[in-house]
Amino acid sequence: MEKILEVKDLQIDFDTFAGSVKAIRNVDFHLNKGETLAIVGESGSGKSVTVRSIMGLLANNAQVTSGSIDFKGRDILKLSNREIEKIRGNDISMIFQDPMTSLDPTMPIGKQVAEPLLIHGSMSKKKAMARAEEVLELVGITNAKNRMKDYPHQFSGGQRQRIVIAIAIVNYPEILIADEPTTALDVTIQAQIIDLMKELQNKIETSIIFITHDLGVVAGIADRVAVMYAGKIIEYGSVDEIFYNPQHPYTWGLLNSMPTLDTDSDRLYAIPGTPPNLLNPPKGDAFAPRNPYAMAIDYEAMPPFFKISDTHYAATWLLHPDAPKTEPPVAIKKRQAEFQRLVAEGKINQPEYEEEGGVKDDAE
Amino acid sequence: MMQNNPQPQERKKLVEVKHLKQYFNAGRRNEVKAIDDISFEIYEGETFGLVGESGSGKSTTGRSIIRLYTPTSGEIEFNGTDISKIKHKDMLQFRREMQMIFQDPYASLNPRMKVKDIIAEGLDIHHLVKNEAERDARVNELLDLVGLSHDHATRYPHEFSGGQRQRIGIARALAVEPRFIIADEPISALDVSIQAQVVNLLRDIQKEQNLTYLFIAHDLSMVKYISDRIAVMHNGRLMELSSADEVYNHPLHPYTKSLLSAVPLPDPFYERNRHRKGYDDRIETDGQLRSLKEIVPGHFVLATEEEVAGYQAAAEEYHLDD
Repeated sequence: MEKILEVKDLQIDFDTFAGSVKAIRNVDFHLNKGETLAIVGESGSGKSVTVRSIMGLLANNAQVTSGSIDFKGRDILKLSNREIEKIRGNDISMIFQDPMTSLDPTMPIGKQVAEPLLIHGSMSKKKAMARAEEVLELVGITNAKNRMKDYPHQFSGGQRQRIVIAIAIVNYPEILIADEPTTALDVTIQAQIIDLMKELQNKIETSIIFITHDLGVVAGIADRVAVMYAGKIIEYGSVDEIFYNPQHPYTWGLLNSMPTLDTDSDRLYAIPGTPPNLLNPPKGDAFAPRNPYAMAIDYEAMPPFFKISDTHYAATWLLHPDAPKTEPPVAIKKRQAEFQRLVAEGKINQPEYEEEGGVKDDAE
Repeated sequence: MMQNNPQPQERKKLVEVKHLKQYFNAGRRNEVKAIDDISFEIYEGETFGLVGESGSGKSTTGRSIIRLYTPTSGEIEFNGTDISKIKHKDMLQFRREMQMIFQDPYASLNPRMKVKDIIAEGLDIHHLVKNEAERDARVNELLDLVGLSHDHATRYPHEFSGGQRQRIGIARALAVEPRFIIADEPISALDVSIQAQVVNLLRDIQKEQNLTYLFIAHDLSMVKYISDRIAVMHNGRLMELSSADEVYNHPLHPYTKSLLSAVPLPDPFYERNRHRKGYDDRIETDGQLRSLKEIVPGHFVLATEEEVAGYQAAAEEYHLDD
């Protein structure tokens, strides 16, 4: 599969009064053409900072201390502002979380949708407005022709998010980054927006990076999933692998703490404690203090990525050949059994294994 | 199936809402019928879940019950007394029995007050402690209860994470030993891993202190998990009301079905094969008179007399399947 974007060894610090916060710590991932990659993690895990660096939208006190972001043979991190501006909103565009604040309240929506076309200078104003109307129709604004001159406050929350999406896709970007696009919306509207994004992906053949903390949404939209914790990716794999055969105890905890409709137990599983302070990131696995499966080595050394299949890797010492055999929580075992059943019935594909286990080549 | 349901008849009604209407800008051109004739009861010791989309009137309902609004018409009884008739001098006692936990833990704590003063504000107002030492002891007790440590007492809200702040909000509500707590979206601003902590905390405290909750939320799976009974609200009216299991497993009203079919689940195979059900709101707006009708014991649906038979047949079918 063709890689359209590749992030390598990204490291970002934020200078604050208290010192330097290590927000992103050696993040590697890539995006394949035409796929949807979901980045999951809680607030402060670094998922938004990661994608903002791709857009060249980092805050002034952010410093990229190492790494590269490869897009079409160029390193985005090395481009000048002017060069990034050519890419932003053209080749790569972004949908933000809050549709109430990401639209200009004083500008008619037709003009807002046409703006990227005019800025990137590809067409005349008349043509741009015609295209804006077409795209508004595409994202499901009914009677778009007569609503071009309306202002954002005249639309509901769900419609505003559709307009935000229209702005993002008007240039048919190669990469669409969606940062919690449905978090502020009701479930019914959320489902509509997700269906819309899937439909658009087919129509304009874009690749999507989808950021969220809602695992239910991820299961519905993603092809691959990367789980972030404390500025690092700790597990990644295909959506089936992450949901049915998770390996990292943090992923277990996340999946476990969501009530499913058949949760009957008296208590929900809750991950104890809170995420670490990244002013002084812990030496070993950052999740160790909250991890009931933590071993002595977790406090000493950062685990490398261990290979589970060609597409599935997890950074936990539990996968080391010398680690004592551990039983995952009951709910996770249920998921694994479900996985076996679905594979046996041919409903999902068995992931491929090139070789048995082992440490990923480029891991330290 | 039915034997799992609580037997409402034997239990004491703590809150009774009767034909409550709450209109804003009543009589004017921009009149909003936020709540349009709803009735329900909350029994002592139960968790009553109120679900709905934004704008459905669920928060307004909570705010009317705690008398932050004066209803346009209808009655709200708390423990047998009509709350609109509570005299000014008795208001303090009423406020002590009913407390609220708010959605946004960032906006609902005064940033200029120390945690111990936030928690003890109710104690001071209600004269529940005699001296400073007793006050500190009670604050520490409450901090223990919600899982915070004693040295948090002298800090300010900005030093805490969202989950910790919500714990402070819970401690504040519990300080005056209320009987009834209205929790308005208490977890929707929190991270997934923290949501479970707060929900477990609310459950533990409920068991310990025999509290009654009105739990308002839009996250349906969490509401199902925490509630004994659930009411589904839309456009200011109740669409369906029953035990949590009944509403989830045997939904009858098309709106409930549509809402449930939109809930995303952490299961890729289910998600790939999910079919969302649309909702045609003509069933509410065709001008016919509808009210909550008991379809099977304990299961109410908004319907006309003629529609009852249809819902009963649908309920019958569910129970044959079981």
